[in-house]
Amino acid sequence: MSLLIRGGRVIDPANNVDTVQDVLIEDGKVARLGRSLEAPPGVELVDAAGKVVCPGFIDMHVHLREPGQEYKETVATGTRAAAAGGFTAVCCMANTHPVNDNGAVTDYILAKARVEGVVRVYPIGAVTRNLRGEELAELAELAESGCVAFSDDGKCVMNAGLYRHAMEYTLPFGAPIISHAEDSNLSGGASINEGVVSTELGLPGQPAAAEDVMVARDILLAELTGAHVHIAHASTAGTVRLVRDAKARGIRVTAEVTPHHLILTEDAVRSWDANTKMAPPLRTKRDVEALIEGLADGTIDCIATDHAPHALSEKEGEYDHAAFGIVGLETAVAVLLDRLVRQGHVPLATLIARWSRDPARLLNLPGGTLSVGAPADVTILDLDAETIVDPSRFHSRSRNTPFGGWQLRGGPWMTVVGGAIARAVKK
Amino acid sequence: MAWTRKDLLSMRELDAGEITLLIDTAASLQEIASRDIKKVPALRGKTVVNLFYESSTRTRTSFEIAGKWLSADVINFSASGSSSSKGESFIDTAKNIAAMSPDVVVVRHSSAGAADLLARTLSCSIVNAGDGAHEHPTQALLDLLTIREKKGHFEGLHVAIVGDVAHSRVARSDLHGMRKLGMTVTVAGPPTLIPPYVQELGAKVSYRLEDAIGDVDVIMMLRLQQERMDAGLIPSLREYAHYWGLTLDKLAKHARPDVLIMHPGPVNRGIELAPEVADGPYSVILDQVSRGVAVRMGVLLLLAGRKGGDHA
Repeated sequence: MSLLIRGGRVIDPANNVDTVQDVLIEDGKVARLGRSLEAPPGVELVDAAGKVVCPGFIDMHVHLREPGQEYKETVATGTRAAAAGGFTAVCCMANTHPVNDNGAVTDYILAKARVEGVVRVYPIGAVTRNLRGEELAELAELAESGCVAFSDDGKCVMNAGLYRHAMEYTLPFGAPIISHAEDSNLSGGASINEGVVSTELGLPGQPAAAEDVMVARDILLAELTGAHVHIAHASTAGTVRLVRDAKARGIRVTAEVTPHHLILTEDAVRSWDANTKMAPPLRTKRDVEALIEGLADGTIDCIATDHAPHALSEKEGEYDHAAFGIVGLETAVAVLLDRLVRQGHVPLATLIARWSRDPARLLNLPGGTLSVGAPADVTILDLDAETIVDPSRFHSRSRNTPFGGWQLRGGPWMTVVGGAIARAVKK
Repeated sequence: MAWTRKDLLSMRELDAGEITLLIDTAASLQEIASRDIKKVPALRGKTVVNLFYESSTRTRTSFEIAGKWLSADVINFSASGSSSSKGESFIDTAKNIAAMSPDVVVVRHSSAGAADLLARTLSCSIVNAGDGAHEHPTQALLDLLTIREKKGHFEGLHVAIVGDVAHSRVARSDLHGMRKLGMTVTVAGPPTLIPPYVQELGAKVSYRLEDAIGDVDVIMMLRLQQERMDAGLIPSLREYAHYWGLTLDKLAKHARPDVLIMHPGPVNRGIELAPEVADGPYSVILDQVSRGVAVRMGVLLLLAGRKGGDHA
């Protein structure tokens, strides 16, 4: 089976490519690039004139909720949402029920993904058994079963000694430890950022320092152990500063940021909409500016959605009782194309790199480039598409987004996974 | 000026004109309390539901009396004796009550934003009777009414709000209301009980009781709850009472002779207020409680009467 993507503007940051050309895909791999490629017999043609052809986007932080919470999301619905949102691969966090803290659960997720998955699925294994932060999960078995990283995401491993051992034990596996950096004593599990909005609303707030303290600790542990530590969902100016300084000192630390932390501030909480509640919380304008700067200068390596589906009943009640987290797969690309790229905060090529080349590199995943011979995972963008976010049309099983009703320009147009079209908005 | 809002959710959303209308309306209803037959037909045929998810004596009773004096049918719903103890969600319970067509739902809940949530969900009028540490507007209104009666005006007055400001919905509602009416507000307490960035809401901040009460017309003492000690915010009740408890001695030394002592209740005697102060000549704590009924009559009248129902 072959596919010829014609006339698109190909942006491949891994090869410093930004030019209008065709991409020929054969046997699930990129076969040739060039102008006016001849169509082999039987090839499927995609007219991508006016579109932007990129290496497939990888979302390294999603919650697929399967096994255990299939009422929120499944591998089938979550990967359909990913494809619809322009992603060709997702990494799914370990906080399922049961927790992905042993090879059997990893096997189950991968088996589901093989049968029902629409995009590639890379599981992330737990660091500690049952995410309790008390004893190590079977990390070697998880790595052998196919986990590409380790994380207790959703919880912070508060025991620094145990965390240090996890970093050391996983050194041979070449898979990073991903930190949900939140000192639970400082955060108190508070619903929102500590600041003028928490004071005004009377909601308990958690200070930015609850994140910064743990980022600092984890950088020190990375330095001690030589391990690669990846900071999930950076949300504070302090995190950006700490990661920038650590990188300058040669410590193996990387970081991701979510679209919502790049776009929204704590001011959004004034609506009392529980779709503004997530961990870490929405912060201040100053933090948003630092995150954008860090994304642009490479301090922050990649963008990840932290796609966290929850049922309506878990989000519609009292704010402080509502679940943490929002879905992101189906809004991320459009939101950032409109609010970051179109408004001139981040160049298009940088956004593409942070969603393809950079996560592939830091997780040692195939893809992230359109080099000849690379897996034919392709995300095609339409920078002129006008959309109004309509959660009722999400492929995800959940609808918990703060972006409902937003008018956006630019978005995903087609997703190609392993040479096959996963989804076309229009052709 | 006419009342146009469906709900009373916060002092923050009101302007000075609306606040004055509420206080004036309450003032005009005060004399009902001194009548032999305490009943007017203003809200005959209207239904008021007190939906209380947190224990309350003063506020719930006050709303109940207010509704009854106005001839409304008042139904009390408290969380313990309801289906919420069988696992029904707040929203579901509220929708069920709304299906019985009340005109006004008065809600008290431990979650900030709970009243706003009901107001968005239900078509009847909602009165916020306290939502978490967010707001308690009718308490602020009765505080304001009391102050106006005792001082004759608002403009230029200086109020010290003392104690656990961080966890106090009364402090927030008072702060907004007082600022809008031209008063100066100083919040005072140990730094762990002062919310961050409170200056941005228009308050001055003091960390010493003696300084805070020095040049003010009103001292609003807040209740100190035992949980604050368990959470490591203060070392002990003993130390708190020593440094932050208001005694006659401190008043005599530092406060003006015409200062008013207020407290939203319930008072921890011997902790934030010495008994001699609570019962002493400066204290208007019981005046606050009786103004509370008038304020709640005023609120119910304006909200339920908004739809063109018959007026008193």
